[in-house]
Formats: sequence, C-alpha cells, structure tokens
Amino acid sequence: MYNNIQEFYNTLPLVIVAVGILISTVIEMYSNKSENFLSWFSILVFLASGFYSLFTLDSRSVVLQNMLATGGYVNIFYFIFTLSAAIVCFLSIDYLKKYDAYFGEYYILMQTSVLGMMLMAGAKDLFMIFLGLEVMSVSFYVLAGINRKRLTATESALKYFLLGAFATGFIVYGIALIYGTAQSTSFEIITTKFSELSGNLLFLTGVLLFLIGFSFKIAAFPFHMWVPDVYQGAPSTVAGLFSTAGKAAAFSAIIVSLFVLFTSGAMKIITPYLSVISVLSMFFGSIVAIAQTNIKRMLAYSSISHAGYLIIGLAASNSEGIAGIIFYLAAYSFMNLGAFGIVSIIEGKEETNLELNSYRGLGTRQPLLAALLSLFMFSLAGIPPFAGFFGKYYIFIAAIEAKLTWLAILGVMSSVISVYFYLRLVVLMYFYDSSDNIEIQKSNAGLLAVFISAILVVLLGVMPDSLLSLIISYL
Amino acid sequence: MLEQYIPIFLVITIALIFAVVTVFASKIFGPQRPNKSKISTYESGMQPIGTTNERVSIKYYLVAMLFIIFDLEVIFIYPWAVQFKKLFGELGISVFVSMFIFLVVLELGYLYAYKKGGFKWD
Repeated sequence: MYNNIQEFYNTLPLVIVAVGILISTVIEMYSNKSENFLSWFSILVFLASGFYSLFTLDSRSVVLQNMLATGGYVNIFYFIFTLSAAIVCFLSIDYLKKYDAYFGEYYILMQTSVLGMMLMAGAKDLFMIFLGLEVMSVSFYVLAGINRKRLTATESALKYFLLGAFATGFIVYGIALIYGTAQSTSFEIITTKFSELSGNLLFLTGVLLFLIGFSFKIAAFPFHMWVPDVYQGAPSTVAGLFSTAGKAAAFSAIIVSLFVLFTSGAMKIITPYLSVISVLSMFFGSIVAIAQTNIKRMLAYSSISHAGYLIIGLAASNSEGIAGIIFYLAAYSFMNLGAFGIVSIIEGKEETNLELNSYRGLGTRQPLLAALLSLFMFSLAGIPPFAGFFGKYYIFIAAIEAKLTWLAILGVMSSVISVYFYLRLVVLMYFYDSSDNIEIQKSNAGLLAVFISAILVVLLGVMPDSLLSLIISYL
Repeated sequence: MLEQYIPIFLVITIALIFAVVTVFASKIFGPQRPNKSKISTYESGMQPIGTTNERVSIKYYLVAMLFIIFDLEVIFIYPWAVQFKKLFGELGISVFVSMFIFLVVLELGYLYAYKKGGFKWD
C-alpha cells in the first residue's frame, strides 16, 4: 500500500474523512443522541481534514501505485470541498430540526460524498475518477431524498438517480473507448500518447463521451434538465452542497484528466465543444432564470450559467484559465452556499416562503438577513468589491490571452443579463412592502455559517491576489 | 482493422436471418388448428393467478441488497485467499492488513444494518 510513512501523511486528508465515516457509523449505531453530536463531529472532521490539507500544500507526490496525487492544487480543492461541507453541516443543524427530518445517515452520507470528491480531485487514473464519481453520486442520490416523508424530495432523488446513472453510463463508455485505444487508464501514459492518438476517431469519441458525462455532472446546457427539479425538491442545504462542492468536484475531475493537455497545446481538438456548451449554458441559464418565481429554481438556473463561465476557463486551455477556474470555484462555492443558506433559514415548514414574493419587504423585517442576501446576490452578479467579480475577471482575462476574445465578450454580455434577476431580489427586499408577515425561525448555527461565507466572499474580493498567487504557485 | 470483425458480423447476420426465417416459416407453412387448451398460457400446467404487476414487499429488496454486499465480499476474498501464500512471500504483512481493513469496514456495515433492524422480518 504505502512505500513509506511520508506517503501516509500525504494522504491524511482522505484518511481523516474515511476514519470519520467509520466513527460516525459507530456513533450513530450506539448513541440515542447522535442528532446533537454527529453534526458537530462531522464539522470537526471536515475542518481537520481541510486545514490539514491547506497546511500541507507542499507535500506533492503520487501514491498508491500511481493512482492518487497529493499536495499542490489538489489540496486546494480538498480545502474547498471540506469547508463547503462544513458550512452545509452548520446550516443543516436547525434545518433538519425544522423539518423534523433527522436521519442518522445524513451526516455520514455527507462525509462519504466528500470522500468521493477528494478521490476525484486527486485522481491519476480513469478508474480512480470513476470510483470517486460513484462514491460522490450515490451519496448525493440518497441525500436528495433524505427527507423521505416529502413527495417532492422523493421525486427529486429518483430523477437525479435515473439521469445521473445515465450520465455515468456515458462516462463508463468513454473510459472503455479510451482504454481500448490507449491500452491504459493512467493519465500519464494517455497524455504521452495523446499526439498519436488524437487522430484516432475511436479515441476522440471516448474523450467526447467522457466530457459529455461530466457536462451532465457540472450542469452545462444540453445536459441541464435535472438541475431545477432536483434543486427544488431536495432539501435547501443539500441543494447548496450539490451546486457548490459537487460542481467543484466535477470540474476538478475534468481538470486533472485534461491538465497536461492544457499546457501542451493539444487541447485545440476539444476547444470547439467546450466553447459551444459554455456559450449555450451561460445564455440559457441567465435568460431562463429571469422567468422563475421560485428562488431555488432561480438559483438552479444561475448555477447553470455559472457552469458556462467556468467552462470558458477550460476552453482557454492555459494555466491562467485553470487558476481562474479554481479561484472562481472557491468564490462561487462560498457565495452560492451563503445564498442557499439564507434560503434555508427563511424557508418555513412545509416548503413555504420559497417564492420570490415571500422576500418582499425583508429589508425592514429582517435587516441582517436581507443585507447578507444582497451581498451574495451582488457577488453572484459579479459586482466589483466581492469575490464573484474577480472570479469572472480572471477567467475572461485567460480567455482573451488564449485569443478567445469573442467568448469573453459573450461572457460579459450574459453576466449583464444575469444582473437583472439577481438585483430583482434585492429590489423586492428593499423597495416593496410585504403583504403578509412571514415567520422565520431563529437559527444561530445557520447564521454563523452564512457569516463565515460572507466573510470569505468579502475577503476573497478584497484580496483576490492572496488566493490566486497561492493557486498559481502550486499549479 | 475492421476486417477482423467480419466473422462476427457474419455470425450476427446469419443468426438474424435464421431467427426471422424460422419464425415466419412455421407461421406460413405449419397447420393451424387451435383449440382452447392449446392457446391457454401454458398448455399443461398451472392456471395463472392475477397479473404480473403484483406489489412486492420492500423486505425482499433489503435482503437482496444485503445479499449483494456479502456476495461481493466473497468475490474479493476468494482470489485473495488463493494467492495469499505467494503474495505474503512477496509483500509481507501488508497483504493481510489491507484485507483486514476491508473486512473491518464491511463488518461495521453489517453491524449497522443489524442495529438498524435491517434483518428483522416483521
């Protein structure tokens, strides 16, 4: 397994989460009060794993028979996943109480899904990607329907499962074709052979199928159908996890599998596919979001358009693009989690207060929540002092450097369209009077999570260089 | 490269032709004198009861899922046990440890299913 003890230390972020899963299972088995204890335990596991990986960025190595990479930007991804999951745990404490839907598996599945994401981000082999993807996806299918008494949750879980399994089929077929032509599943061998393989039609079909499968997982345009329904039906906190950490994990898998191609200039074959789906996702997401009246559906369409902006970074296929994507994913994770967090706090029992009209006049009744939600909306729209602006800025700059100026221009246009529906929520909160007084349950842990996200969004907006230079130096 | 697949295509084509020809030939050339017992679902056997859309108790699914998990355990352990002596000589104790970790994780899952009442029939 391990050749020396250093390799074990390098994989410690994964080991912490894996051991956390086992301990949580034992706690859940033998404790009657796991409801109060397990949430804090999993937050502890996530934070321990996340900060350990942040402090061991230098431990770059390839372990477990060339299967898993550690250190460097992989650890930055680990940090994004674990911190997002920790924020979701904070939000879930009161949310699950509100719905009276605590099942012991909730936090265990959250940890397994994060373990799957980590395996994807560190993968050095197609099999590892597949393993991580399935561990993550199967946990997600169950999490979507964890509130099993509600019909909408069951529907969303079933929809997610059927379409997700279909997408996994694409990925497996792609892997099979790649393996058939390259005679290997290891990225290093495939990459060294890439120039001779790139003329092989079967190989290119495999790569395309692989990318199509992942386009589904990141919710890009032609493969987005599941997103609004699943986000609407799933518990708000879980939907937050899907749209942030899940998306980041799928992007990390695309980045690790195409990483060497970005620098070698062999990406030109895939660029047309990527630029077309990025343009379609951006515009589809931001135009259809205007017509939504349910805030969770609106955020779902906004997440489709954000997938589009992120794909611009892939299409640029240079190291600035990759650094931009990682920065954007960090910024997007925290601002979107903040938005979903506030939605989950405001949401009443029986899925009430989810319409945009419930947010009328929130500025006078709940000034704190309204101010924080406006901050996240400004950031999602990409307005300068916040993190969202710099994410888009770095990605558009990378596109211009890759001579894809038209893509950057379309990105800016779509981002201008999206300002309308983000700011409409702010206008509703501050410039309209509420017709009915909605009741909002207090949630201190949830408020703490939203505060952490807000601080991170502002910090990343004020000092974007600190994170970006870190990413570039470890790329 | 595609030439080596010609025999497979040949087999598939012949199989298709054979299937279609036999089905239609018996329909065209065979004598058809149906009677009541001949056209019933089974010419000799039980009368069918109810439809196929019968609901099955969820307990069967639980048992089936648990069965698959332990079936997989066996699949992993068999080749490991067969090769154990040879691998132990090459890699030492880590061969034992890795399977031990796998079994601990699996038995923990078993215990979890037991505690949560996964094996209760009523």
